[in-house]
Amino acid sequence: MPDMHFGSLGEMWHMAGHGPFVWSAYAIVLVVIAGLIGNARARSRDVLQRVRNRKESARQSDTQEV
Amino acid sequence: MPKVMSVCGDRIYSARPGALPGLKQFYDQGGMRVVWSFLHKLGSPRWFYRISSQWLPWLAVLAGGLLSWGCIWGLAYAPPDAVQGNSFRIIYIHVPAAFIALAGYYAMAAAGVVSLVWKIKIADVALRAGAGVGAAMTFCALVTGSIWGKPTWGTWWVWDARITSMLVLLFLYLGVLALYEAFENRETAARACAVLSLVGTVNIPIIYKSVDWWYSLHQPATIKLTRAPSMHPDMFHPLVVTILGFYVLYAVLLLMRMRAEVLEREQKARWVEDVAAGSRLAAEPGGEAHA
Repeated sequence: MPDMHFGSLGEMWHMAGHGPFVWSAYAIVLVVIAGLIGNARARSRDVLQRVRNRKESARQSDTQEV
Repeated sequence: MPKVMSVCGDRIYSARPGALPGLKQFYDQGGMRVVWSFLHKLGSPRWFYRISSQWLPWLAVLAGGLLSWGCIWGLAYAPPDAVQGNSFRIIYIHVPAAFIALAGYYAMAAAGVVSLVWKIKIADVALRAGAGVGAAMTFCALVTGSIWGKPTWGTWWVWDARITSMLVLLFLYLGVLALYEAFENRETAARACAVLSLVGTVNIPIIYKSVDWWYSLHQPATIKLTRAPSMHPDMFHPLVVTILGFYVLYAVLLLMRMRAEVLEREQKARWVEDVAAGSRLAAEPGGEAHA
């Protein structure tokens, strides 16, 4: 592995004036990917919760009838 | 005409012995049973859910590892571009996102073919999940390109062939997603979306070739299979790593979305109740196809 191009983290943050462009691009992609992951997880969780609730209410109405 | 030959209309598993002369022999020897059991297994939502549970952790770790490695390498260690300076570091996400946007469209159209011809449910699930991930990746490619354009070309946006055809790609993805919502009937929606995704494939070669066919601000392809990349190896190697990382990430995102979609569609099934109750799905040889 070659040496780091930047002398310090501050220099890397600034990127000789291009920092705002580079970092905002990376941040947006990160947010989109996190959003996709979060959305898929939430959808799965919601379905499973719905199924559990349905099961629970079915069980309760069964016991009420008896 | 024997039923097995009609690829678009009837279900292919309506084939019966005697439909074709050679087919009867094949059928008698149990060949059809092997083929159908494979296709059914492939199409079984339960099997898909179980297998993807095993794959996902490994793929997620691989994607995370490749992307961290490639991005840190590209952001901190690669030398700056002689002309563009540090803004070129956006390439390490822009090019992979654009790759996935295009490859994802082909994958979606392939799922559309399978869904149209064999009516395999999981193919339709893949088509819909792929449209969502593809739209997000196309959006990423457009936004990062726009941000890269500002310091490089002096403008956020230009109506140029490459960029406009990528925008058309985004609308194609969004069109597939919208078309799903437009139909009450799931089978009609699946067929319409498969056809739309197939029709849209004409746009892909246009995007690839746009930088050669029209005068464009966008730089020509850096990587071509037929010749060495027009990039210094120190800049190129991190790009290879992030491209690989994005491919694995695409698989992870696609599988996650497909799993959510499968659960939504199969929420009345017994195995989904088992999953909801917290039990691990076990392999069910033979029974899985009908689960």
